[in-house]
Amino acid sequence: MSPDREIPLLTGRHISKRFGTFTANDDINFDIHAGEIHALLGENGAGKSTFVKLVYGLLSPDEGQFLWHGAPVEIRSPQAARDMGIGMVFQHFSLFDVLSVAENIQLALPAGISLSEVKERVITVSAEYGMTLSPDARVGDLSVGEQQRVEILRCLLQNPSLLILDEPTSVLTPQEADQLFAVLRRLRDDGCAILFISHKLDEIKALTSKATILRAGKKVTTCDSASTSAKELAELMVGAALDNSMRTPPVLHKGADSLFCVAQVSRPAATAFATALQDISLSVMSGEILGIAGIAGNGQTELMEVLSGEAIGDVTAGKIELDGVSVAGLGPDMRRQKGMRCVPEERNGHGAIINMSLSENALLTASHEPDNVSASGLVSWVKCHALSRKIIGSYDVRTPHHDPLAGSLSGGNLQKFMIGREMMSRPRLLIVAQPTWGVDIGAAQAIRAAMRTLLEDGTAIIIISQDLEELLVMSHRICVLNQGQLSEPLPAQDVTAESIGLMMGGITNSVSERAV
Amino acid sequence: MMRLTPRPYVSPHQLLLVPVLSVLLSIILGGLIFAALGYNALDALYQFFVAPLSRPDQIGNLFVKACPLIIIGTGLVFCYRANIWNIGAEGQLIFGALGAGWVALYLPESWHFMMLPLMILGGMIAGASLAAVPAFLKTRFQTNEILVSLMLTYVAGLVIDWLVRGPWRDPMSFGFPLTPYYPDAALIGKLSLPVIGKLGQLHWGILIALCVSGLGWFILSRTLAGFKVRVAGDAPRAARFAGFSPNIVTFSVLLVSGALAGLAGMVEVSANMGQLQPQISFGYGFTAIIVAFLARLNPAAVILAALIVALSELGGDSAQIAMGIPKVVTGVFKGILLFMLLAGETITRYELSFDLRMTGGKMSRGDADV
Repeated sequence: MSPDREIPLLTGRHISKRFGTFTANDDINFDIHAGEIHALLGENGAGKSTFVKLVYGLLSPDEGQFLWHGAPVEIRSPQAARDMGIGMVFQHFSLFDVLSVAENIQLALPAGISLSEVKERVITVSAEYGMTLSPDARVGDLSVGEQQRVEILRCLLQNPSLLILDEPTSVLTPQEADQLFAVLRRLRDDGCAILFISHKLDEIKALTSKATILRAGKKVTTCDSASTSAKELAELMVGAALDNSMRTPPVLHKGADSLFCVAQVSRPAATAFATALQDISLSVMSGEILGIAGIAGNGQTELMEVLSGEAIGDVTAGKIELDGVSVAGLGPDMRRQKGMRCVPEERNGHGAIINMSLSENALLTASHEPDNVSASGLVSWVKCHALSRKIIGSYDVRTPHHDPLAGSLSGGNLQKFMIGREMMSRPRLLIVAQPTWGVDIGAAQAIRAAMRTLLEDGTAIIIISQDLEELLVMSHRICVLNQGQLSEPLPAQDVTAESIGLMMGGITNSVSERAV
Repeated sequence: MMRLTPRPYVSPHQLLLVPVLSVLLSIILGGLIFAALGYNALDALYQFFVAPLSRPDQIGNLFVKACPLIIIGTGLVFCYRANIWNIGAEGQLIFGALGAGWVALYLPESWHFMMLPLMILGGMIAGASLAAVPAFLKTRFQTNEILVSLMLTYVAGLVIDWLVRGPWRDPMSFGFPLTPYYPDAALIGKLSLPVIGKLGQLHWGILIALCVSGLGWFILSRTLAGFKVRVAGDAPRAARFAGFSPNIVTFSVLLVSGALAGLAGMVEVSANMGQLQPQISFGYGFTAIIVAFLARLNPAAVILAALIVALSELGGDSAQIAMGIPKVVTGVFKGILLFMLLAGETITRYELSFDLRMTGGKMSRGDADV
């Protein structure tokens, strides 16, 4: 081992960061070496994001010091971090919606590189890493998964010596994740250090050599991730033994009729980069979970809008029925009154308003309740506040104070609030996109358990997700959305992650072909 | 790139202290400008800030000046909260004056007991109907409401000019472009306060203005309609998700702000002029835009903001009359004052940082790139 290898690339000594009275990072010691893939593990709110923001210069520590190649250093800004050779892929993207992929990447590169040159590099590098991306596509028209590819690509073009990835695989298929891992391993072999945040323990075990676990702002330990079992890692992170029975598939209610039925629905693409929906048919029974798998950008957002009623004007053909009665002409509020509840994928500004309080967010989908809004249109903020307290209490939402802005909650806690808000009304049909994206294990289990409890009351549930493992564990039947077309559903026990993953990637065209 | 990030916590002391500091800074800066131009800085500042408040009747006049600004500003708050940019309140004010004037001039005498309510109604309908044009074009053809509402202001100006020179001109006006005087029933009287009595030109319209502001605050913060406006402006996608129709919100806020601008026009003419003339507004419709933003788009704060703006206007007049300071110089000082107040507000609530390139940081909706 060379002397260079013995001095850590980056060291954090006694790092602390406080926000007001809240300590986000408390006396954290941390080492990462060149050529090492290091996992950062912890529940939502454990302080992972704060820590990587300190490393990336977005925040500065209140106490403690960073060392770079053993020499003290102050990382004043992301620019300084990039100049040192630190690159970062965020969980929340920092892309300009109105610019194209190539223009977004050009902005992050040193000045003087022409757009055509950038386009060329985008095409070569994205092909090398197996990430299909059109350099001319407008970022605002891309799906969440595709936007993340832009982020990853942008970092790779800067040849970083430390690359930070915040949950990079959450929107990728297993095959895509494997390709990404191959890229990351290649980078590691070239001597690049990688700090990898993920909730997926099998990934951490497969990819990383060390794992640092944070809990409530404090470092629990740094361990060898290969020799520590996934269960041990999870327990270190949560701080308590895990209940494995949560992973057993739920039992189907027998003899239930089809509650919700969509037949031959089509919706043309609204923009050049949106996906047109063709001939979508699905049905779901009372007490059943239907899983819809698919890679981001294959029509998930568009399908969600059709089901929720946000796109009523755009649906050109087909029928949508609840209990045999058409709801196709009803808007989101009317469908909600009939017991159809939706949780969209995007939290910021779609499912929740981050600049408004939780009481106001509770009212967002409960304005038809006479308790909250009188017949004359007066809002009872006392009742809305009580409703939000009830959601917070029932679904274990951790809040900094009694009625905070939605934006001050961590992603996982806001997700619990949004799902809880819809579950609170005991819906007949619940449609959830990415129910546990960016949510820690404890919270994900709570969300899954709550969905199963709803089944006992006869609620039908549709989950639109890119997390295959979750779909396989949760659903009774699974279908795949690929390029705006929905496959026939298959019983969950007949499919494997591998076979569905290949279909999601468009490798095989028909589900039945694989399953038979 | 300059970047504003919301501060997580702002102490009440800062909220009180910063506006005071802003005023002090503009006094120092303004004093320097007056001195550099050869005026006695202390006298000029006295004319600006003290003279307009030195006599009871002048305090009354301050409220008279603030009255239309409060009414229009409240309406504009609704528009701007919904992210609808109505820039044409000036034209809607003129139309409101015309609608009310038509009632005043042509209502049969037997109906005079209903005169003021009908004038209010006429003014509000006329103002709202002008604002309905950008609302219709925006919801139907996605036109830009800024351009449409602004251009209609010039149309309204030409319509009133034609009416007072043509069909509505008083035959006894010796050729002046004036309508006949309104009947007494169509005039808004001077307000006589208990103990103090009359305060300058202070009229009943100020009570209308205070009610409008209070009602606006109530609707925006306590009703479902107000909630829909705020959601539509803050997170349009969340509004669609909730099932709040963006077109209904667009129409509602434009009609409300048009109706309120029209009401302001009715009050201005009935309380201060008593007849229509080519020039009935002194840019109130435009000044109210500043008022709405100075009030941080809070209808209750519109009252205070309107008084501050009215003081700077009257102070400017007083400095021009007493010391012969040119209008452009007083205009510059007014600008400095408003700029300091808005800038002080902004840096109290947001953290300002400079970055030469994209930071690659998390961008939430609360951030603004400047």
